[in-house]
Amino acid sequence: MTTLTPAAARRKKAKDVFSSPIASGIAVVIAVLWTIPTFSLLITSIRPEADINTTGWWTFFVNPSISLENYEKVLFVGTGVNPPMFQYFFNSLAVTIPSVIFPITLAVFAAYALAWFDFKGRDAIFFSIFALQVVPLQLTLVPLLQLFAKGLVIGETTLIPALGITGTYIPIWIAHTIFGLPLAIFLLHNFLRQIPRELIEAGRVDGANWFTMFTKIVLPLSVPAIASFVIFQFLWVWNDLLVGLTFGAGSKSVAPMTVRLAEMVGTRGSGWEVLTAGAFVSIVVPLIVFFALQRYFVRGLLAGSVKG
Amino acid sequence: MRQTLWETIAPNLTLLVISLVAFAAVIYALFLIGSRASIRWQGWLRYGIFLGPALLLLLVGLIYPALRTIWMSFMDKRSESFIGFDNYLWAFTIPEIQIVLRNTMLWVIFVPLLSTAIGLAIAYMTDRMKNAGVVKSLIFMPMAVSFVGASVIWSFVYNFEPSADKPEIGLLNAIARGLGLETQNFLLNPPWNTFFLIIVLVWIQTGFAMVILSAAMKNVPDDVFEAAMLDGASNWRRFTSVTLPMIRGSVVVVLTTITIGTLKVFDIVRTMTGGNFQTNVIANEMYAQSFRQLNYGQGSALAVILFIGVVPIIWYNVRQLRLERTER
Repeated sequence: MTTLTPAAARRKKAKDVFSSPIASGIAVVIAVLWTIPTFSLLITSIRPEADINTTGWWTFFVNPSISLENYEKVLFVGTGVNPPMFQYFFNSLAVTIPSVIFPITLAVFAAYALAWFDFKGRDAIFFSIFALQVVPLQLTLVPLLQLFAKGLVIGETTLIPALGITGTYIPIWIAHTIFGLPLAIFLLHNFLRQIPRELIEAGRVDGANWFTMFTKIVLPLSVPAIASFVIFQFLWVWNDLLVGLTFGAGSKSVAPMTVRLAEMVGTRGSGWEVLTAGAFVSIVVPLIVFFALQRYFVRGLLAGSVKG
Repeated sequence: MRQTLWETIAPNLTLLVISLVAFAAVIYALFLIGSRASIRWQGWLRYGIFLGPALLLLLVGLIYPALRTIWMSFMDKRSESFIGFDNYLWAFTIPEIQIVLRNTMLWVIFVPLLSTAIGLAIAYMTDRMKNAGVVKSLIFMPMAVSFVGASVIWSFVYNFEPSADKPEIGLLNAIARGLGLETQNFLLNPPWNTFFLIIVLVWIQTGFAMVILSAAMKNVPDDVFEAAMLDGASNWRRFTSVTLPMIRGSVVVVLTTITIGTLKVFDIVRTMTGGNFQTNVIANEMYAQSFRQLNYGQGSALAVILFIGVVPIIWYNVRQLRLERTER
């Protein structure tokens, strides 16, 4: 048995004194209430179609019959014009991976520059980026879409030509990169600023240039912050509907799962057997990521909101 | 069937792999150029390479579009002629849009308050509880679920069976029927349907509030707490006069963060009711105006109204950040 440090022992004592069985009981009840909706989705998705529509999901415990047919149907059998969920699952992956890698890379670069390069206007840029965090996506949607479709022409001069990328993943990647940047730069900047000045200065004295210093010192040190943001951005992109909907340009071959799922609910053409299985397929990946890496996710959240 | 599936996926997979490789190659090349350049060149190159891409993207992809949307909000539906404040007049005088604004207000008031209050209560109750990890994980879990997924989950909870001969398969109506109460279509009857939608977001955001506030409570020193206890302060008293004042800052952060998120709520309304039955909110109406009616003027005006709603919160947060920096 390990002995407790004095602080931990005090904390444990405090726990014993203050913990109230009633409060704990209420907390447990709330936790159960909070879990029932998701749990009912999971149970329903593994019941046979006939059971789902004739009896409540809670009867499963009296009369358990399990069937994976719903999953097979939703994943691999398309419905007329719509491809099966498996394709949307792939799209979600294909949308998410670059939409996490691109912004985090550019953000580490920018955060490094803002934290360690001395130049005029540095604070102004940093505060502007911080403020940009809260610009609603809605404020940029239409012009950004037009930019992808028609390029940027002011008067007679073409600043950005029409790119011809509409209907591919590329606009979705770029949009997610842009929208992810402000928060990423802000979080990483806060982290990178905590690198001891001596470390950076020692590197300068040793003749390391700004580029080798980045790869040799800054990057290895910022791995925990990067990990937090990766989870953050992953959950955000995977769960996003608005960006996928607008920048996917209605193309079924690039739309992520959320878009398809929303469509399935909206049309009401799909029964609960398909909806619940489809919804579970779409939430299972973030749930795994969440439970496996909860610690890092919480750390990221805390860094993002509680400062000082 | 799987054959044709692969046929759509293959070119997409190719694009994915090529893009990732190309991105890595460009970054590698930039670094190679940067680190080989002479010291004098490096002084300039480092700005271009490290700061340039992010700033360029933010400028072209965020600042320019935002300004253009503001401009478009003063133009007609095709952005061809200037019409002054007409789009804003439309937004504030048409009855349907007033319902939209009213609903958005309801969301912005109730979601932050309820989530924060419940989150605070759970954080306090589990603060000194043994094995609180499981309880917190379960309440935190909805944060990982997409809004669309949450909408499916709750649509099922709210499910309504019109025929009295068939069994209710939705949990709430089954309970209502079991208790002999009248069953109802939760998403159909205003104004209560908006509140049933609000519950979905509260369900998601409570975990966020709990995690942040719970972390803040961990910083309340035990001796302060013990002293209060020796003084005979009741549990409620300890909460209001010890815990709450010490975590005030975090409570404000949680409230503002959730408020900003709630203002932009879109997925839940769109998925569960499509904005029908008087449940519409600004973000959904903005989408409908811009992408269904193709009225860019009115859509832009709604986006700007949304932004104006966020401005005071940005201002407050920037001020807080500046204060913190000067304190350090």
